[in-house]
Amino acid sequence: MPTLAVERDALFTSLGRSYTREEFDELCFEFGVELDDVTSEREEADKASATKLSKKQLSVFSDSVIYKIDVPANRYDLLCIEGLSRAIKIFLGDLDAPQYQVVQVPESDMERMVVQQSTTATIRPFVVCAILRDVTFTQERYQSFIELQDQLHRNLCRQRTLVAIGTHDMDTVQGPFKYEARAPSHINFVPLTHSATQQTFDAKALLEHYETEPACKHLKPYVPIIKDSPLYPVVLDSNETVMSLPPIINGSKSKITLDTTNVFIECTATDLTKANIVLDTVVTMFSEYAAKPFTVEPVRVEFVDASSQITKSYITPQMYTRNESASVSFVNSLIGINITAQKMVELCNKIQLGPATLLDNDTMLQVTVPPTRSDILHAVDIAEDIGIAFGYNNIVKRVPTTATVGSEQPLATLGDLLREEIARAGYIEVLTHGLCSIHDNFTALRRSITSAVSLSNPANAEYQVVRTTLLPGLLKTLQHNRSASFANGFKLFEISDVVLPDDKHVVTETIVGARNSRKVCGVYAGPTSGFEIIHGLVDRIMTLTEVQPEEEYIKNSAKGLEEQYRVSREGWYYTIRALDTDDVNGHASSGTYFPGRAAEVLLTKPGVEEKMSIGTFGILHPEVLTNFDIQYPTSALELDLECLL
Amino acid sequence: MTEAIEEAILQHLAPAPDATIEDTFPWAASNNFDHNAVVGSVKSLSVEAYVSATELSTSFYTLSKEAQGVLQHGSHEVRVLRALVQAGQDGLTMADLQSQVGGKDVCKIGMGNCMKHKWAKKDGDKLVALLGVKDVTDETQGQLQKVQEANGVLNGILNDKEINLLKRRKLISLVTRKSYSVVRGKDYMPKRVKKAADLTKEMLDSGEWKTMPFKPYNFLTLGEKVGGGYLHPLLKVRAEFRKILMQMGFQEMPTNKWVESSFWNFDSLFQPQSHPARDAHDTFFIKEPASTVSVPEDYFQRVKDMHERGGAGSIGYRYDFKREEAFKNLLRTHTTAISSQMLYKLANQPGGFQPARYFSIDRVFRNETMDATHLCEFHQVEGLVADYDLSLGDLIGTIETFFKKIGITQLRFKPAFNPYTEPSMEIFGYHPDLKKWTEIGNSGMFRPEMLAPMGLPENVRVIAWGLSLERPTMIKYRIKNIRDLFGHKVEMARTRTAPICRFDNVTA
Repeated sequence: MPTLAVERDALFTSLGRSYTREEFDELCFEFGVELDDVTSEREEADKASATKLSKKQLSVFSDSVIYKIDVPANRYDLLCIEGLSRAIKIFLGDLDAPQYQVVQVPESDMERMVVQQSTTATIRPFVVCAILRDVTFTQERYQSFIELQDQLHRNLCRQRTLVAIGTHDMDTVQGPFKYEARAPSHINFVPLTHSATQQTFDAKALLEHYETEPACKHLKPYVPIIKDSPLYPVVLDSNETVMSLPPIINGSKSKITLDTTNVFIECTATDLTKANIVLDTVVTMFSEYAAKPFTVEPVRVEFVDASSQITKSYITPQMYTRNESASVSFVNSLIGINITAQKMVELCNKIQLGPATLLDNDTMLQVTVPPTRSDILHAVDIAEDIGIAFGYNNIVKRVPTTATVGSEQPLATLGDLLREEIARAGYIEVLTHGLCSIHDNFTALRRSITSAVSLSNPANAEYQVVRTTLLPGLLKTLQHNRSASFANGFKLFEISDVVLPDDKHVVTETIVGARNSRKVCGVYAGPTSGFEIIHGLVDRIMTLTEVQPEEEYIKNSAKGLEEQYRVSREGWYYTIRALDTDDVNGHASSGTYFPGRAAEVLLTKPGVEEKMSIGTFGILHPEVLTNFDIQYPTSALELDLECLL
Repeated sequence: MTEAIEEAILQHLAPAPDATIEDTFPWAASNNFDHNAVVGSVKSLSVEAYVSATELSTSFYTLSKEAQGVLQHGSHEVRVLRALVQAGQDGLTMADLQSQVGGKDVCKIGMGNCMKHKWAKKDGDKLVALLGVKDVTDETQGQLQKVQEANGVLNGILNDKEINLLKRRKLISLVTRKSYSVVRGKDYMPKRVKKAADLTKEMLDSGEWKTMPFKPYNFLTLGEKVGGGYLHPLLKVRAEFRKILMQMGFQEMPTNKWVESSFWNFDSLFQPQSHPARDAHDTFFIKEPASTVSVPEDYFQRVKDMHERGGAGSIGYRYDFKREEAFKNLLRTHTTAISSQMLYKLANQPGGFQPARYFSIDRVFRNETMDATHLCEFHQVEGLVADYDLSLGDLIGTIETFFKKIGITQLRFKPAFNPYTEPSMEIFGYHPDLKKWTEIGNSGMFRPEMLAPMGLPENVRVIAWGLSLERPTMIKYRIKNIRDLFGHKVEMARTRTAPICRFDNVTA
């Protein structure tokens, strides 16, 4: 969510009202923005500084109150004080929504932009332009103008990749303007960053300079957008003055100053729709300061082919004002209110969707969507705004009346019931991360690195892969609880998912190439290995899931009453088989266990021919213990749960 | 031995009700008992009120090993003087003096004191006596003799200045001894009758429990730890939330799918491909397997059309929808990726759409900066209702029902923006534990651009809300840092002490 910082007093002056903090907070809440923080430049500087600043050092920063306001990500028209105060004034009924107007002027060279289609198509194909005539800048307005461009670049323009804005003092340049892409060595100019020294760069050298120069580090992130392209986009005037090297920097010559009155705006883009939204936003916000407020002059953009033939042209800014309609009953039904068509018309004026009219015998509401409201895509967007104007907290609540039956996923049920039972058996439940390092997931467990779902942009080394086993999480928990008492054994368990590569697994007619697998994992660490204890947990889990031991497996065990009362599923049996811990190519987990002290659990199911291996258990190899910095002998089990459903 | 001591104590007090052991220390010595053992017996007897003991604290001085030497051979200074006197007018060199008085320390200290008292003087490299030894009394030795005779109790025997000087010379030091004076207690008997601490099987078998006196029980200590296992606090809350949602008629969704295609995670929700949430800054993309293998093609085409050109009353986003972008695999950023699949299935099931309520509580992944309240993975609670002609009022009512069940009764709704819901509302609640208003969830009605390509009937609307599981758990269990809740750094003691998860005992 973008955050707008505005000076409170300037905002209140512009609103023509003043509020207590609580009152303003309340207004924001109703309007749908959020007063996130109240601060000042001085307070921010104090917070940002690593060392404590003296009173004198702090006194250079202004202590006037700044409101930081969170703005919804689709409301680009609220990203500057002009737009925010305008929208609030309209919401409060203090102002009628302005009518934005593209003034028709006789076409001249100053209102022409010629695009060399063949070259720009390779890198940044589109440009849209507009002219603000007779504007009056002040320091505050100028600052806001720059900050709005920054906000748009950050958000809608996606760090200038989609759209980049260039603004120029039109009286310093001469039309018709040209938009081309040229070899970087053929672009030579004084960039805005070097206005003071008037140093000339060629484009390649300039980008290299921005990559390394600490003073220009704010431009560094944009360098890769064009750096490796054979041709760089460039905007020029008819005298070959470089106006901008989009999306990086403007030329110094056309620099805007407080004395500038006529502003030429160009937005170069890879996305034409977004370019128009950006241009309309800038124009609607700052045409407020034109001699005739809310007017703008158009520019004809002509695309020419290699032989200078015009292939297409359009006029910008679009200042796209359109009518959208929504049925009165739809709006009432969607929001869950019952207001009259006339009331809706009134509310539309509060939310910049006026003037609204009623059609079809007052059953259809037709609203005017101004260029500032690019977020309106559908009648639901109109309904939402009417809902906001009505007040969400005034809506009468109700509940859906269709009866439905609650139910749970069988795998979740099994997991939850087993969790209770395993906890009853003395194990402490843990909840560990699904993301893991390759080292912890494989190497530290003495397993060879096999395929796992790996991340392309891990935040840190801990997050290289999605775990394929729950064991590392439990072992790391043991490591972190080393000061606990192990005298009577330390028992942990977790039931959760691992993810395995699988290019056959289909969910919702979709194959992504991986599947989740639910596991139960338990560990025992104590003065002795606890192998029998973990073995006992295996038997317990099988008893709980109604699987009986094979006759051969228990022939040496004393048959207690348990065997007599055992309840099992028809045809479900299990047995265990010693794991060949020397065979590195055998079971994936072989190397994790102490030689000769590990077993595999084999399940027989009706309708499944072969016994399936559903997991392993055993004493952990001492090297594994060393890798996880565990001081006590430890045994572990990990079983697949889905096959026990 | 213990029994013999106990018996001796009780016997000592036997002759008369006011019989007393004035001080256990000399008493122990005179009876040849170890004093510590006597103290142990006194304490044991006083617990059962056989005796009553008053603590005594005795301070006295003891002589150091060096002081013993002074007692035997005289003080350092006198020993040095004697040697010098014997040597006569020629005096002694340091080396000779040292060998005569027997030791470097004695020589050094003694010499210093002799010079101070003006008993001797330096003459070149020699030391020479100034007057006859016969005239000197060994004051230090005399003082130490007094200390010894008084058993270290020096009140009135030496003055403070003298005591301090001896202390400074490390010849004496003060020690404090704890001992007791003992008289009869209220339950005094001349012979101790053994009392049992606990009822045993042997007592039951022999019937001894009928006559056996029992020790009084100390009720002011905690009971034994119960042992057994423990469930994780977050998963206790999960279990309770599941129960609540099922009570509300919600069906659990199969969310065991962490790896997802961008198509289901974003595109199917009508989230444009240029949306910032799709940046690597926010989402974990997958290196291997990097791309989705297949998606439902007809539906894919309808989604693409909706993004590019709109439809169902929408103008769409008007950009080029890229298949590669949709096929990028990622770790799901929300469980809504599954909700979307459930709605698609609901629209396309045999017999067509039926109203439904779905919920899930499962893990999601965000490539976020981690801090005390954010981890790269967390649990999302999500509920949705699909039915004909639902309204924002239904959403508000449903949300209120849910939050009321977890103890939050006062709610407010703030207009908000989510890419795939319209209208959208942030949920604020007055939290009875925090005692303030706070954001507790997000909600909205899925956009028609999302529902139409699935093939849901036009007047079917879907209301949904979501929240994290971690935040209510942290509030409930008073956990400040999310790492103390989720992951391998959790203290087991926290899990052991976590109470059962109830929401019906919260007073608003």
